[in-house]
Amino acid sequence: MTDAAILPAAGTSSRPAALSGPQGPRPRRALSVRNVVIYGTLTVVAVYYLLPLYVMVVTSLKGLPEIRMGNIFSPPVEITFEPWVKAWATACTGLNCDGLSRGFWNSVRITVPSVVFSIVVASVNGYALANWRFRGAELFFTILIVGAFIPYQVMLYPIVIILREIGLYGSLWGLVIVHSIFGMPILTLLFRNYFASVPEELFKAARVDGAGFWQIYFKIMLPMALPIFVVAIILQVTGIWNDFLFGVVYTRPDTYPMTVQLNNIVNSVQGVKEYNVNMAATILTGLVPLIVYFISGKLFVRGIAAGAVKG
Amino acid sequence: MTSVLVKDVSLNYGAVEVLKNLNIDVAEGEFIVLLGPSGCGKSTLLNCIAGLLDVSSGQIFIKDRNVTWEEPKDRGIGMVFQSYALYPQMSVEGNLSFGLRNAGVPKDEIARRVARAASILQIEPLLKRRPAALSGGQRQRVAIGRALVRDVDVFLFDEPLSNLDAKLRSELRVEIKRLHQTLGNTMIYVTHDQIEAMTLADRIAVMKGGLIQQLDRPQAIYSRPINRFVAGFIGSPGMNFLEGRLELRDGVPHFAADGLDIPLSTYPFDAKGFAPGPVSFGMRPEHVGLNTGSGWPFSRQVEVEVVEPMGSDTLVWTRLGDQNFTVRVSSERAPSIGEAVSIGFDPLRASLFDSLSGVRL
Repeated sequence: MTDAAILPAAGTSSRPAALSGPQGPRPRRALSVRNVVIYGTLTVVAVYYLLPLYVMVVTSLKGLPEIRMGNIFSPPVEITFEPWVKAWATACTGLNCDGLSRGFWNSVRITVPSVVFSIVVASVNGYALANWRFRGAELFFTILIVGAFIPYQVMLYPIVIILREIGLYGSLWGLVIVHSIFGMPILTLLFRNYFASVPEELFKAARVDGAGFWQIYFKIMLPMALPIFVVAIILQVTGIWNDFLFGVVYTRPDTYPMTVQLNNIVNSVQGVKEYNVNMAATILTGLVPLIVYFISGKLFVRGIAAGAVKG
Repeated sequence: MTSVLVKDVSLNYGAVEVLKNLNIDVAEGEFIVLLGPSGCGKSTLLNCIAGLLDVSSGQIFIKDRNVTWEEPKDRGIGMVFQSYALYPQMSVEGNLSFGLRNAGVPKDEIARRVARAASILQIEPLLKRRPAALSGGQRQRVAIGRALVRDVDVFLFDEPLSNLDAKLRSELRVEIKRLHQTLGNTMIYVTHDQIEAMTLADRIAVMKGGLIQQLDRPQAIYSRPINRFVAGFIGSPGMNFLEGRLELRDGVPHFAADGLDIPLSTYPFDAKGFAPGPVSFGMRPEHVGLNTGSGWPFSRQVEVEVVEPMGSDTLVWTRLGDQNFTVRVSSERAPSIGEAVSIGFDPLRASLFDSLSGVRL
C-alpha cells in the first residue's frame, strides 16, 4: 500500500536528476588503458612467437645464394619451392637419399596405431576405475599415477632388454608398444576423471535398465565422452609425433620416425649447410601436430561448450 | 501379501555403520515413504533394495524371492532418480526403450509398452526429443516412464521431486499419487520433504542414524510420535517443546517448570507407565487456541513477541513460563506485537517425552 503511494511521486517531479543522468550501457573508449595493455601485450607475444616462423618460411623459399647475402628478414626475391621438394623427396640421411618421405610414413605407421591403441585401452581403464569399483582399484590407480612421474630415461635400458627378449627391438611395433605404455598413466587419469564427473545416477539407471559393463561403456559413456577423446587425441598425436628419444633408441635407420630423420638431415656435419632445405624439412615435420591443433582444437572447444549448456 | 521384505540388513563402509540391522515389511501395493534428514541412510537403503549396493549382512526379498545377490535388472524393480539420470544422447523414446532393448524384448512389444507409458504420463508429443530439450518436469516424467515400461513389481523413487521448483513439485506429487492409484504397484519413495511424505504415504518410515525410528501411518506419526526426534522432525512449523519435570500430586500427574504447572489428567499415557522425572512437553502450534475462551483444561495470559505471517496462517511467538512457545492462528485473527492474549490447549493432544531417552511416555 505505502509503496504504491510513493513510487509515482519519485518518478514525476521530486528527483529530475534521476532521469537525465547516465543511461544504458556505459560507453567504452577504444583507446583506454585497459585495451592498450591487453592488445599491446597480445601483439608483442604474437610477434615474438611468429617471427621465427616467418624467418623459417621465408628462408625455405629462398635459394642458397640469396640466403648467403644474409638478409634473413627480407622476403625472397625469387620464390623457389625446390628446397621443399628436396626436403621431402631427395635429401640424404646416411645412405638413404629419399628425403623425409620415408620418415613421414614411418611416423604415420607409429603414431596411428599408438594413438588408437593407447586411447582405447586408457578409456576402458578410466571407465572401469571410475564406475566399477573393483577390489584393488585404488592400488591399481596409485601405481598408474606413480608411473606418470617416473622419468623416461630411467626406463630406456630395461625396455631395450624387454623388447629384445620378445623379439620386437628395432621394429615399428616395438615402438608402438612403448608409446602406448608411456601414454597410459596420463590418459587413464584423464579418462577416469572425466567419467567420474558423469553423474553416478546415470550409471545406476543403466544398471537398473539391465546394461552390462560393455553396454554401459559403448551406449552411455562413449557418446558422452567425445570432448575428452579429442583432448586425448591431441595429447597423443602431438606427443608421439614429436617424440625423438624413443624413436632414436628403439628403431633402426630404415624405421626412423620423421623427427629422427629431420635431426639427421639438419645436423649433418659434412657438406654445405642447406638452410632452406633444413627450414622446409622442419616445417614439414611440424605440420602434422599443427594441423591436428587447428582442426581438433575447434572441435574441442565446441565439445566443451555443448556440454556446458546441457544443464 | 508381502511385496518387499528387508530383513536384518546392515551396511558398513569400513567402521562407519550406515544401516543398522534394518527390518521393513512392505505389503503388496503399498506406498512406503522413507523420510529423514540427509545422511540418515534412507537413500542407501533404497540402493540396497535396488541392488546397486551390496549389503554387509541381512537379506532382501522381493515377491517372496530372495534377491540379496541378484543384479538390479533381475529384481523386478524400476528406479527414478533425483537428477532424472536420462541418457543425454538418446531421444525420449530411446530412453524409455533402453532397458527393454537390453532385455531383448521384441520390437512390436517395445513399441506397445512405450506407447502405453507415454500415454499414461502424457509425454507422447515429446518422444522424438532429446532430454536437453525438455523442462525439468518433463524430464522427470520420462524418468518415471522408464520405470513404467519395464512392467516391474516395485517402483523405487529416490527424491524424485527435489530438483523441481515448488509449483511443479506439488503437481508431480499429485501425479505420482494418481499413478499409484492407477497401477497399484508397490512403491518405495525416499524424501526429506515431510509434506511429500504425509501426502503420498500409506506408511512412513522415519529414519535417523541408519535406524528406523518409527514406521506407521502418517496420521499416527503426526499425532503420536514415538520419540522426540520424530516429534521434532514431523510438522511444520515444528512442535513446541517445554522442558520441565513430571510430578505426581494427589495421584494426578503434573508437568512443572519455572512458573508453569500443567495438569496432565487428560494426557493419554503409554501403557508401560511412567515415573516422575525430567520430561519434555511437546505441543503442536496448531493445537493451541488463541483468544478462544476459557474452555481449555489449561490456559494462560501471555504477551505476543513476534508475529510471522505465512499466508493463510500466522505463527505467533510468545513465552510460556520463560520458554519459547508458538501458536498458529488463521491470519485474519492474528494479534499484533505486544498485545496481551490468552492461549489455551488440551494436554490430550500433547506429546510427553522422557528428557534423557527421548522416548514417548
